[in-house]
Amino acid sequence: MITFSRAGWNIACGLAVLLASGFQASAQIKIGSVLSVTGPASFLGDPEKKTLEMYVDEINAKGGVNGEKLRLIVYDDGGDANNARTFATRLVEEDKIVAMIGGTTTGSTLAMIPVFEDAQIPFISLAGAIQIIEPVRKWVFKTPHTDKMACEKIFADLRGRNLTTIALISGTDAFGKSMRDQCVAAAPRSGITIAYEESYGPRDSDMTPQLTNIRNRAGVQAVVNPGFGQGPAIVTRNYRQLGITAPLYQSHGVASKQFIELAGPAAEGVRLPAAALLVADKLADNDPQKAVVVNYSRTYQNKTGQAVSTFGGHAYDGLMIFVQAMQRAKSADRIKVRDEIEKTKGYVGTGGIVNMSPADHMGLDLSAFRMLEIKNGDWTLGSDAKS
Amino acid sequence: MAEFLQFFFSGLTVGTVYALVALGFTLIYNASDVINFAQGEFVMLGGMSTVFLALAGVPVPFAALIAVIVTAAVGLALHRFAIEPARGASPVALIMITIGASIFLRGVAQIVFDKRFHSLPPVLGAEPFRFGGAAVLPQSLVVFAGAGIIVMLLWQFVDRTMLGKAIIATAANRLAARLVGIDTRRIVGLSFVISAAIGAVAGILVTPITLTSYDVGTLLALKGFAAAMLGGIGSALGAVIGGLLLGMFEAFSAGYISSQYKDAVAFLVILAVLFAMPQGVLGRGKVERV
Repeated sequence: MITFSRAGWNIACGLAVLLASGFQASAQIKIGSVLSVTGPASFLGDPEKKTLEMYVDEINAKGGVNGEKLRLIVYDDGGDANNARTFATRLVEEDKIVAMIGGTTTGSTLAMIPVFEDAQIPFISLAGAIQIIEPVRKWVFKTPHTDKMACEKIFADLRGRNLTTIALISGTDAFGKSMRDQCVAAAPRSGITIAYEESYGPRDSDMTPQLTNIRNRAGVQAVVNPGFGQGPAIVTRNYRQLGITAPLYQSHGVASKQFIELAGPAAEGVRLPAAALLVADKLADNDPQKAVVVNYSRTYQNKTGQAVSTFGGHAYDGLMIFVQAMQRAKSADRIKVRDEIEKTKGYVGTGGIVNMSPADHMGLDLSAFRMLEIKNGDWTLGSDAKS
Repeated sequence: MAEFLQFFFSGLTVGTVYALVALGFTLIYNASDVINFAQGEFVMLGGMSTVFLALAGVPVPFAALIAVIVTAAVGLALHRFAIEPARGASPVALIMITIGASIFLRGVAQIVFDKRFHSLPPVLGAEPFRFGGAAVLPQSLVVFAGAGIIVMLLWQFVDRTMLGKAIIATAANRLAARLVGIDTRRIVGLSFVISAAIGAVAGILVTPITLTSYDVGTLLALKGFAAAMLGGIGSALGAVIGGLLLGMFEAFSAGYISSQYKDAVAFLVILAVLFAMPQGVLGRGKVERV
């Protein structure tokens, strides 16, 4: 008899829990995310996932948004655009999400865009390429700055130093190629002449032949290296080995401490554009982004024990833009939320100050980038050439 | 002239690494007819183990020594647990096993080590010196010297010791070698150990120049294989020459023709050479083996 009643008690408890959870689920705002947590882009996707989980928990602990809790559903595409598309369909059809934050890589994002455009669900991508927001698609937004902006930032700095004839040495990987194309397109408008171009394979271990040719080219005043991974570190070392004295510019693709470690003393004097997040502690106190980037990097470092990266910051910005849009819309209705995302004005994020419009679904300008110079093995804020 | 020398040293440094990988291919191929595509992973293991042991506080020379021993042990394990059980299989099946082993080792390295790039401090400092207008890194000299010593030691070992002679005998004719009492199974195992150790040393020597990560092995295996084919698969001297030639092709086509097409140019030259000399530069015809 006792056992029977205990069984009854258990069933009652189970039912109660079930009911409660069912009830809870109906009052939840479901946010979908497809990130490259594993695979070749894991260094992007992993901090993004951690950031989203961290802040969704924090928002829920504070009572959620408009009195409703957030529920985050993350799938890992392993860096494969095909998987991303499958998961996107699952998020729409089975999980019935209200909004989508994610798409770590450009490939994954482009594969998922048709799914969310069809389903009419707001989609905030965390990938870099300009193709995501050009042409503007009604439901698609993004938080990271584009390669084109990085080029323009470098060119503005070059003009400030009166260096207008440059050489490019770019990696032939996706990032290097995309940024090279953007730089070549942006150069004439920025008053920069690209006098000479070289390239290297993403796995090459010696770039001295290419750099020797650049050194022998008369009139080259500076060298820009759009690239990603270990290539730029080797370029930087070979550059010093050959004793080239023209200033060397790297891209935001290597804006991490690891680049300084790998390039070693050769990195001294190298300049590169990067998000404010990387130099959080070095920003002036009156910098509008100071508070948000210091906060985010402290929180991230305390929770994960890892150094902060801009990629996690993009996820933070995506989540916050979405949350603020819901607060303004006072509902989780996806059409209202989309309209409010598009009206985002003056949002101060880790990636810059976001001012979206129907014609601009990213909303960042060149002030999102800081020009850094490597001195004594650490970043220093360069004299920002205003553009 | 200055740039010619610069390209030459660039090609020589890169080519030396290819040569050492090709040498590893050759040793194993001679003993067992297997093309071991995990050869590149030996290079990775050597470099990565040294980096991580050094990070853990082990002095670099000891770290390097331990890394070579660890990699040699991995080579032995590869033979014992993957190649040996499939003894009767066709060479194609065995090659597939080595490709599997290479993917496996890369996966394990991702977990045991990490997915980032790493470097080691150069042995003789990072300041380049001038040689006829070319800037050469002292570490390049270390790589040349290391490769030279390896080749000399290997030559002495094969030429002067009983065990070395047994390797030659096994390479020449496995059945005859067994008939005169050579344990060919052990010899094949030994060739894996030596190949792994050579790969590890190559990995340690070049890491200060080329950096290393868990997946550097794939491309090295391809280039090393191309070098071995170019030199004539089965010939140790050919492997060294093939590696150096391949490095030179790459550097000179990057310097004089176009960096965009340097790999294509290098492989075109290989195709041309193999077209004219199907056995490779120093390869023996199959007829000689009968």
